[in-house]
Amino acid sequence: MLKVSEIVKILDAEVLTGEENMDLEIYSGCGADLMSDVMAFVKESVILCTGLVNPQVVRTAEMMDIKVLCFVRGKVPGEAVIELAREKGITILATRQPLFICCGLLYSNGIKGRGVWN
Amino acid sequence: MSEAIVKLHYDIDAEDFTTAGEASSGVKKTLTRLGVNHEVIKRVAIAMYEAEINAVIHANGGTADVEITPERVTVIIADNGPGIPDLDQAMTPGWSTATNLVREMGFGAGMGLPNMKRYTDEMYVDSKVGVGTKVTLIVNMNRQGA
Ligand SMILES: Nc1ncnc2c1ncn2[C@@H]1O[C@H](COP(=O)(O)OP(=O)(O)O)[C@@H](O)[C@H]1O
Ligand SMILES: [Mg+2]
Repeated sequence: MLKVSEIVKILDAEVLTGEENMDLEIYSGCGADLMSDVMAFVKESVILCTGLVNPQVVRTAEMMDIKVLCFVRGKVPGEAVIELAREKGITILATRQPLFICCGLLYSNGIKGRGVWN
Repeated sequence: MSEAIVKLHYDIDAEDFTTAGEASSGVKKTLTRLGVNHEVIKRVAIAMYEAEINAVIHANGGTADVEITPERVTVIIADNGPGIPDLDQAMTPGWSTATNLVREMGFGAGMGLPNMKRYTDEMYVDSKVGVGTKVTLIVNMNRQGA
């Protein structure tokens, strides 16, 4: 488990929206650029790390009750994406780390949960 | 939740990919307001969102009709798109005819129909080539055996 505040430090991430959610606890993670693959994954308390920065990432998070997104590889979303996330109460982080490193850092620091296709 | 039947209708616009998902988002809001079980809401939201995205990326848009009763949520997504020639093939996980552009937007993994099947209690696809596709998704309020 990691708190969002710890994730921010580990990934040297910027908080684009959701500064008030730094105490949220994250138990499992998902790294993907295909949203249907994300939706094949059910878990609570998930962080989704992705290189996609379009509004459908926020929509996918909304449908799946994912509370924290992390955009990787220094990708910067448009204001509309940040606004949609704010409206839905979804926290957005942004890191320069590539997806693989981002997932590796989170895993080695304590987020071990994975999804299940049952 | 109240015993009344709630019916919702949405037009699914394909002009702008960024608005895809608004119907599903609206349904999720309504179900939350009605106090429906959290797991049921999530299953409806995910299945409907996949169907809504399909109407946008494969069929140039369509309509969504939702009926909420104390027993179940029924979602019907209908379009006048190209239809699905081989449904068994379309249902195969990973099979997709999506364009690279769609894939760059994060869809086209070929997991949409399998996801719909997985998250619903009943799913029916009526599709005719050159006429259109109607997908019916049913999620029971009380899931048996799961
Ligand atoms: N509403 C639709 N109209 C026409 N074809 C569809 C529709 N929905 C699905 N299909 C066909 O079925 C395939 C598989 O759908 P799906 O499992 O959702 O995967 P994806 O959307 O990622 O391609 C699509 O690539 C498409 O060829
Ligand atoms: Mg699909």
